[in-house]
Amino acid sequence: MAQVSSIADEQASTPLSSPKSIVLRISKFNPKLDESSKFMEFTVPYQKWTTVLEAILDVKKHFDHSVAVRYSCRQATCGSCGMMINGKPKLACFTKISELDSDVVTVEPMNNFPVIRDLTVGFEKLFEKHQKIQPYLIRDDSELESDEREFLQSPQEVEQYIQFANCIKCGLCNSACPTMATDSSFVGPQALAQAYRYVADSRDKGKDTRLNIIDESHGIWRCHFAGSCSQVCPKGVDPAMGIQFLRGYLLGFRS
Amino acid sequence: MKESTIMKIHYGTALASVGLVAVHILMRLTTGFADSLSYENVLANYQSVPYVIMLELILILLAVHGFNGLRVILLELKQGRVYEKAVSYGSMVGMIVLIGYGSRTIIMTNMGMT
Repeated sequence: MAQVSSIADEQASTPLSSPKSIVLRISKFNPKLDESSKFMEFTVPYQKWTTVLEAILDVKKHFDHSVAVRYSCRQATCGSCGMMINGKPKLACFTKISELDSDVVTVEPMNNFPVIRDLTVGFEKLFEKHQKIQPYLIRDDSELESDEREFLQSPQEVEQYIQFANCIKCGLCNSACPTMATDSSFVGPQALAQAYRYVADSRDKGKDTRLNIIDESHGIWRCHFAGSCSQVCPKGVDPAMGIQFLRGYLLGFRS
Repeated sequence: MKESTIMKIHYGTALASVGLVAVHILMRLTTGFADSLSYENVLANYQSVPYVIMLELILILLAVHGFNGLRVILLELKQGRVYEKAVSYGSMVGMIVLIGYGSRTIIMTNMGMT
Protein backbone atom coordinates (compact mmCIF):
# COMPACT_ATOMS: atom_id res chain seq x y z
CA MET A 1 0.00 0.00 0.00
CA ALA A 2 2.91 2.31 0.85
CA GLN A 3 4.32 1.76 -2.63
CA VAL A 4 1.01 2.67 -4.24
CA SER A 5 0.81 5.97 -2.38
CA SER A 6 4.41 6.88 -3.23
CA ILE A 7 3.74 6.29 -6.90
CA ALA A 8 0.56 8.30 -6.65
CA ASP A 9 2.51 11.20 -5.16
CA GLU A 10 4.82 11.35 -8.17
CA GLN A 11 4.50 14.20 -10.62
CA ALA A 12 2.34 13.29 -13.62
CA SER A 13 4.57 13.02 -16.68
CA THR A 14 1.97 14.59 -18.95
CA PRO A 15 -0.27 17.51 -18.01
CA LEU A 16 -3.93 16.55 -18.14
CA SER A 17 -4.55 19.60 -20.32
CA SER A 18 -2.50 17.98 -23.13
CA PRO A 19 -4.45 18.33 -26.39
CA LYS A 20 -3.84 14.77 -27.63
CA SER A 21 -5.19 11.71 -25.90
CA ILE A 22 -5.51 7.98 -26.41
CA VAL A 23 -7.66 5.27 -24.94
CA LEU A 24 -5.46 3.06 -22.80
CA ARG A 25 -6.92 -0.42 -22.33
CA ILE A 26 -5.33 -2.17 -19.39
CA SER A 27 -5.78 -5.88 -18.76
CA LYS A 28 -6.92 -6.51 -15.19
CA PHE A 29 -6.55 -9.98 -13.78
CA ASN A 30 -5.93 -11.40 -10.35
CA PRO A 31 -5.49 -15.18 -10.65
CA LYS A 32 -6.47 -15.62 -7.00
CA LEU A 33 -9.83 -13.90 -7.45
CA ASP A 34 -10.75 -13.71 -11.12
CA GLU A 35 -11.65 -16.45 -13.57
CA SER A 36 -10.63 -14.46 -16.61
CA SER A 37 -9.04 -11.15 -17.44
CA LYS A 38 -11.02 -8.04 -18.30
CA PHE A 39 -10.01 -4.73 -19.81
CA MET A 40 -10.44 -1.34 -18.21
CA GLU A 41 -10.35 1.70 -20.47
CA PHE A 42 -8.93 5.09 -19.58
CA THR A 43 -8.56 8.22 -21.66
CA VAL A 44 -5.02 9.40 -21.15
CA PRO A 45 -3.43 12.63 -22.45
CA TYR A 46 -0.02 12.29 -24.05
CA GLN A 47 2.78 14.26 -25.63
CA LYS A 48 5.20 13.27 -28.36
CA TRP A 49 7.62 11.89 -25.78
CA THR A 50 5.15 10.14 -23.47
CA THR A 51 5.92 6.45 -23.03
CA VAL A 52 3.40 3.70 -22.41
CA LEU A 53 4.83 3.26 -18.91
CA GLU A 54 4.25 6.94 -18.16
CA ALA A 55 0.66 6.61 -19.39
CA ILE A 56 0.11 3.60 -17.12
CA LEU A 57 1.59 5.48 -14.18
CA ASP A 58 -0.71 8.42 -14.97
CA VAL A 59 -3.64 6.00 -14.81
CA LYS A 60 -2.37 4.77 -11.44
CA LYS A 61 -2.09 8.34 -10.20
CA HIS A 62 -5.39 9.72 -11.47
CA PHE A 63 -7.80 6.85 -12.03
CA ASP A 64 -6.96 3.49 -10.56
CA HIS A 65 -4.26 2.95 -7.94
CA SER A 66 -4.75 -0.79 -8.06
CA VAL A 67 -3.19 -1.34 -11.50
CA ALA A 68 -0.26 -3.71 -10.94
CA VAL A 69 2.81 -2.90 -13.04
CA ARG A 70 6.48 -3.64 -12.44
CA TYR A 71 9.06 -1.04 -13.40
CA SER A 72 12.29 0.41 -12.15
CA CYS A 73 14.85 2.22 -14.30
CA ARG A 74 12.55 3.71 -16.97
CA GLN A 75 15.43 3.60 -19.47
CA ALA A 76 15.38 0.06 -20.91
CA THR A 77 18.12 -1.17 -18.63
CA CYS A 78 16.46 -3.12 -15.82
CA GLY A 79 14.13 -5.23 -18.01
CA SER A 80 11.23 -4.98 -15.57
CA CYS A 81 8.41 -3.44 -17.59
CA GLY A 82 7.99 -5.94 -20.42
CA MET A 83 4.37 -6.33 -21.54
CA MET A 84 2.23 -6.87 -24.60
CA ILE A 85 1.58 -3.48 -26.17
CA ASN A 86 -0.97 -3.63 -28.96
CA GLY A 87 -0.28 -7.35 -29.25
CA LYS A 88 3.52 -7.19 -29.39
CA PRO A 89 5.97 -7.78 -26.55
CA LYS A 90 7.73 -4.49 -25.78
CA LEU A 91 9.25 -2.59 -22.88
CA ALA A 92 6.68 -0.04 -21.70
CA CYS A 93 9.40 2.45 -20.77
CA PHE A 94 10.96 2.18 -24.23
CA THR A 95 7.77 2.51 -26.28
CA LYS A 96 6.43 5.96 -27.04
CA ILE A 97 2.68 6.26 -27.52
CA SER A 98 3.23 8.52 -30.53
CA GLU A 99 5.19 5.81 -32.36
CA LEU A 100 2.37 3.27 -31.96
CA ASP A 101 0.29 5.25 -34.44
CA SER A 102 -2.99 4.21 -32.83
CA ASP A 103 -5.77 5.94 -30.90
CA VAL A 104 -6.21 2.87 -28.74
CA VAL A 105 -3.30 1.32 -26.85
CA THR A 106 -3.92 -2.09 -25.32
CA VAL A 107 -1.56 -3.35 -22.64
CA GLU A 108 -1.58 -6.94 -21.43
CA PRO A 109 0.80 -9.14 -19.45
CA MET A 110 3.50 -10.92 -21.46
CA ASN A 111 2.58 -14.22 -23.08
CA ASN A 112 4.21 -17.47 -21.93
CA PHE A 113 4.63 -16.26 -18.32
CA PRO A 114 2.39 -16.86 -15.30
CA VAL A 115 0.44 -13.71 -14.39
CA ILE A 116 0.95 -12.45 -10.85
CA ARG A 117 -1.56 -9.63 -11.26
CA ASP A 118 -2.63 -7.30 -14.09
CA LEU A 119 0.53 -6.50 -16.08
CA THR A 120 2.98 -8.21 -13.73
CA VAL A 121 4.27 -11.67 -14.57
CA GLY A 122 6.42 -14.19 -12.70
CA PHE A 123 10.04 -14.50 -13.84
CA GLU A 124 10.96 -17.58 -11.77
CA LYS A 125 11.12 -19.95 -14.76
CA LEU A 126 13.04 -17.44 -16.86
CA PHE A 127 15.71 -17.08 -14.18
CA GLU A 128 15.71 -20.82 -13.49
CA LYS A 129 16.45 -21.57 -17.16
CA HIS A 130 18.98 -18.75 -17.28
CA GLN A 131 20.84 -20.25 -14.31
CA LYS A 132 20.60 -23.74 -15.80
CA ILE A 133 22.97 -22.85 -18.66
CA GLN A 134 25.64 -21.71 -16.15
CA PRO A 135 25.85 -18.04 -17.14
CA TYR A 136 29.37 -17.36 -15.90
CA LEU A 137 32.92 -18.02 -17.05
CA ILE A 138 34.02 -21.57 -16.38
CA ARG A 139 37.78 -22.10 -16.10
CA ASP A 140 40.08 -24.45 -14.26
CA ASP A 141 42.58 -21.68 -13.58
CA SER A 142 40.17 -19.39 -11.80
CA GLU A 143 43.07 -17.76 -10.03
CA LEU A 144 45.15 -15.37 -12.10
CA GLU A 145 48.80 -16.16 -12.75
CA SER A 146 51.38 -14.08 -10.90
CA ASP A 147 51.86 -11.13 -13.26
CA GLU A 148 48.48 -11.21 -15.00
CA ARG A 149 45.84 -8.72 -14.06
CA GLU A 150 43.07 -9.86 -16.35
CA PHE A 151 42.12 -12.41 -18.99
CA LEU A 152 43.08 -10.53 -22.13
CA GLN A 153 40.94 -10.62 -25.28
CA SER A 154 41.43 -9.15 -28.70
CA PRO A 155 38.70 -6.86 -30.13
CA GLN A 156 37.83 -9.68 -32.56
CA GLU A 157 37.31 -12.10 -29.67
CA VAL A 158 35.05 -9.59 -27.90
CA GLU A 159 33.10 -9.08 -31.13
CA GLN A 160 32.13 -12.78 -31.09
CA TYR A 161 29.84 -12.43 -28.08
CA ILE A 162 29.43 -8.76 -27.11
CA GLN A 163 25.92 -8.25 -28.52
CA PHE A 164 24.71 -11.24 -26.49
CA ALA A 165 26.12 -9.64 -23.33
CA ASN A 166 23.56 -6.83 -23.79
CA CYS A 167 20.71 -9.10 -22.63
CA ILE A 168 18.75 -7.46 -19.79
CA LYS A 169 16.63 -10.54 -18.98
CA CYS A 170 13.38 -8.73 -19.74
CA GLY A 171 11.79 -11.92 -21.11
CA LEU A 172 10.39 -10.33 -24.29
CA CYS A 173 12.09 -12.97 -26.46
CA ASN A 174 10.55 -15.80 -24.44
CA SER A 175 7.19 -14.08 -24.65
CA ALA A 176 7.41 -13.85 -28.45
CA CYS A 177 8.65 -17.42 -28.93
CA PRO A 178 6.00 -19.67 -30.56
CA THR A 179 7.62 -22.82 -29.17
CA MET A 180 7.38 -21.52 -25.60
CA ALA A 181 3.65 -21.02 -26.14
CA THR A 182 3.12 -24.78 -26.27
CA ASP A 183 6.28 -26.28 -24.74
CA SER A 184 6.60 -25.03 -21.19
CA SER A 185 9.77 -27.11 -20.71
CA PHE A 186 11.59 -25.51 -23.66
CA VAL A 187 14.74 -23.80 -22.45
CA GLY A 188 13.86 -20.69 -24.46
CA PRO A 189 15.67 -18.11 -26.58
CA GLN A 190 16.89 -16.04 -23.62
CA ALA A 191 18.79 -18.91 -22.02
CA LEU A 192 20.04 -20.22 -25.37
CA ALA A 193 21.36 -16.79 -26.35
CA GLN A 194 23.15 -16.61 -23.03
CA ALA A 195 24.56 -20.10 -23.54
CA TYR A 196 26.05 -18.85 -26.81
CA ARG A 197 27.30 -15.68 -25.11
CA TYR A 198 29.56 -17.81 -22.85
CA VAL A 199 30.38 -20.52 -25.39
CA ALA A 200 31.66 -17.83 -27.77
CA ASP A 201 33.72 -16.13 -25.07
CA SER A 202 37.41 -16.96 -25.57
CA ARG A 203 38.00 -16.82 -21.80
CA ASP A 204 35.42 -19.53 -21.12
CA LYS A 205 36.27 -23.25 -21.03
CA GLY A 206 32.78 -24.60 -20.30
CA LYS A 207 31.64 -25.12 -23.87
CA ASP A 208 31.13 -28.88 -23.63
CA THR A 209 29.26 -28.61 -20.33
CA ARG A 210 26.85 -26.02 -21.75
CA LEU A 211 26.35 -27.87 -25.01
CA ASN A 212 25.43 -30.96 -23.00
CA ILE A 213 22.91 -28.97 -20.97
CA ILE A 214 21.08 -27.63 -24.03
CA ASP A 215 21.31 -30.88 -25.99
CA GLU A 216 18.16 -32.49 -24.56
CA SER A 217 14.61 -33.17 -25.69
CA HIS A 218 13.36 -29.70 -24.67
CA GLY A 219 16.62 -27.97 -25.49
CA ILE A 220 18.01 -26.20 -28.51
CA TRP A 221 16.48 -28.55 -31.11
CA ARG A 222 12.95 -27.43 -30.33
CA CYS A 223 13.65 -23.98 -31.82
CA HIS A 224 11.80 -23.59 -35.13
CA PHE A 225 13.78 -20.51 -36.13
CA ALA A 226 10.69 -18.29 -36.29
CA GLY A 227 13.01 -15.40 -35.45
CA SER A 228 10.41 -13.49 -33.41
CA CYS A 229 12.80 -13.46 -30.43
CA SER A 230 15.31 -11.37 -32.38
CA GLN A 231 12.60 -9.10 -33.71
CA VAL A 232 11.33 -8.04 -30.28
CA CYS A 233 14.62 -7.68 -28.40
CA PRO A 234 14.89 -4.05 -27.22
CA LYS A 235 18.68 -4.31 -26.88
CA GLY A 236 19.45 -5.56 -30.37
CA VAL A 237 20.42 -9.07 -29.27
CA ASP A 238 19.83 -11.71 -31.94
CA PRO A 239 18.97 -14.92 -30.05
CA ALA A 240 17.89 -16.70 -33.25
CA MET A 241 21.39 -16.24 -34.67
CA GLY A 242 23.01 -17.41 -31.43
CA ILE A 243 20.83 -20.54 -31.51
CA GLN A 244 21.93 -21.32 -35.07
CA PHE A 245 25.58 -20.88 -34.07
CA LEU A 246 25.07 -23.25 -31.13
CA ARG A 247 23.51 -25.79 -33.48
CA GLY A 248 26.61 -25.42 -35.61
CA TYR A 249 28.72 -26.59 -32.65
CA LEU A 250 26.41 -29.54 -32.00
CA LEU A 251 26.32 -30.58 -35.66
CA GLY A 252 30.09 -30.30 -35.98
CA PHE A 253 30.19 -27.29 -38.31
CA ARG A 254 31.88 -25.12 -35.68
CA SER A 255 34.50 -25.98 -33.12
CA MET B 1 20.55 -41.33 -27.29
CA LYS B 2 21.56 -37.67 -27.35
CA GLU B 3 19.06 -35.30 -28.94
CA SER B 4 21.78 -33.98 -31.29
CA THR B 5 22.41 -37.52 -32.57
CA ILE B 6 18.67 -38.02 -33.12
CA MET B 7 18.47 -34.72 -35.00
CA LYS B 8 21.49 -35.60 -37.15
CA ILE B 9 19.64 -38.79 -38.11
CA HIS B 10 16.49 -36.70 -38.67
CA TYR B 11 18.24 -34.29 -41.06
CA GLY B 12 20.19 -37.08 -42.75
CA THR B 13 17.08 -39.17 -43.42
CA ALA B 14 15.31 -36.09 -44.81
CA LEU B 15 18.10 -35.36 -47.29
CA ALA B 16 18.50 -38.98 -48.32
CA SER B 17 14.71 -39.35 -48.74
CA VAL B 18 14.54 -36.37 -51.06
CA GLY B 19 17.24 -37.94 -53.26
CA LEU B 20 15.75 -41.42 -53.33
CA VAL B 21 12.13 -40.29 -53.74
CA ALA B 22 13.29 -38.15 -56.68
CA VAL B 23 14.79 -41.27 -58.28
CA HIS B 24 11.60 -43.18 -57.47
CA ILE B 25 9.43 -40.53 -59.20
CA LEU B 26 11.79 -40.30 -62.16
CA MET B 27 11.43 -44.07 -62.58
CA ARG B 28 7.67 -43.50 -63.00
CA LEU B 29 8.43 -41.35 -66.02
CA THR B 30 10.38 -44.05 -67.89
CA THR B 31 7.23 -45.77 -69.12
CA GLY B 32 4.77 -42.91 -68.88
CA PHE B 33 3.33 -41.95 -65.52
CA ALA B 34 -0.09 -43.65 -65.88
CA ASP B 35 1.33 -46.88 -67.35
CA SER B 36 3.98 -47.13 -64.67
CA LEU B 37 1.26 -47.35 -62.03
CA SER B 38 -0.66 -50.17 -63.67
CA TYR B 39 -0.88 -53.32 -61.55
CA GLU B 40 1.41 -55.45 -63.72
CA ASN B 41 4.08 -52.80 -64.04
CA VAL B 42 4.13 -52.16 -60.31
CA LEU B 43 4.56 -55.89 -59.65
CA ALA B 44 7.30 -56.02 -62.30
CA ASN B 45 9.20 -53.26 -60.49
CA TYR B 46 9.46 -55.50 -57.45
CA GLN B 47 11.37 -58.10 -59.45
CA SER B 48 14.32 -55.76 -59.85
CA VAL B 49 16.59 -56.25 -56.82
CA PRO B 50 18.24 -52.77 -56.98
CA TYR B 51 14.79 -51.17 -57.16
CA VAL B 52 13.55 -53.28 -54.24
CA ILE B 53 16.57 -52.21 -52.21
CA MET B 54 15.78 -48.59 -53.02
CA LEU B 55 12.14 -49.03 -51.97
CA GLU B 56 13.24 -50.63 -48.73
CA LEU B 57 15.64 -47.74 -48.09
CA ILE B 58 12.90 -45.19 -48.79
CA LEU B 59 10.63 -47.04 -46.39
CA ILE B 60 13.23 -47.02 -43.62
CA LEU B 61 14.25 -43.39 -44.19
CA LEU B 62 10.70 -42.08 -44.27
CA ALA B 63 9.61 -44.18 -41.29
CA VAL B 64 12.55 -42.97 -39.16
CA HIS B 65 12.11 -39.35 -40.25
CA GLY B 66 8.33 -39.36 -40.00
CA PHE B 67 8.06 -40.99 -36.60
CA ASN B 68 10.77 -38.79 -35.13
CA GLY B 69 8.92 -35.77 -36.53
CA LEU B 70 5.74 -37.02 -34.91
CA ARG B 71 7.62 -37.51 -31.62
CA VAL B 72 8.89 -33.92 -31.75
CA ILE B 73 5.43 -32.53 -32.49
CA LEU B 74 3.87 -34.51 -29.66
CA LEU B 75 6.62 -33.49 -27.21
CA GLU B 76 5.94 -29.84 -28.00
CA LEU B 77 2.21 -30.34 -27.65
CA LYS B 78 2.22 -31.56 -24.08
CA GLN B 79 4.80 -32.19 -21.36
CA GLY B 80 5.12 -34.67 -18.52
CA ARG B 81 7.47 -37.52 -17.63
CA VAL B 82 5.07 -40.39 -18.31
CA TYR B 83 3.63 -38.74 -21.42
CA GLU B 84 7.06 -38.08 -22.88
CA LYS B 85 8.22 -41.65 -22.28
CA ALA B 86 5.02 -42.97 -23.86
CA VAL B 87 5.52 -40.72 -26.89
CA SER B 88 9.17 -41.71 -27.33
CA TYR B 89 8.62 -45.45 -26.99
CA GLY B 90 5.33 -45.30 -28.91
CA SER B 91 7.06 -43.60 -31.84
CA MET B 92 9.79 -46.22 -31.82
CA VAL B 93 7.29 -49.07 -31.77
CA GLY B 94 5.24 -47.42 -34.53
CA MET B 95 8.36 -47.01 -36.63
CA ILE B 96 9.39 -50.66 -36.18
CA VAL B 97 5.88 -51.92 -36.95
CA LEU B 98 5.66 -49.80 -40.12
CA ILE B 99 9.10 -50.90 -41.34
CA GLY B 100 8.26 -54.52 -40.53
CA TYR B 101 4.93 -54.44 -42.35
CA GLY B 102 6.36 -52.54 -45.33
CA SER B 103 9.35 -54.88 -45.59
CA ARG B 104 7.01 -57.86 -45.49
CA THR B 105 5.05 -56.42 -48.43
CA ILE B 106 8.25 -55.69 -50.40
CA ILE B 107 9.76 -59.13 -49.75
CA MET B 108 6.54 -61.05 -50.46
CA THR B 109 5.98 -59.17 -53.71
CA ASN B 110 9.58 -59.72 -54.74
CA MET B 111 9.10 -63.44 -54.14
CA GLY B 112 5.95 -63.42 -56.26
CA MET B 113 3.58 -64.03 -53.35
CA THR B 114 0.84 -61.60 -54.39
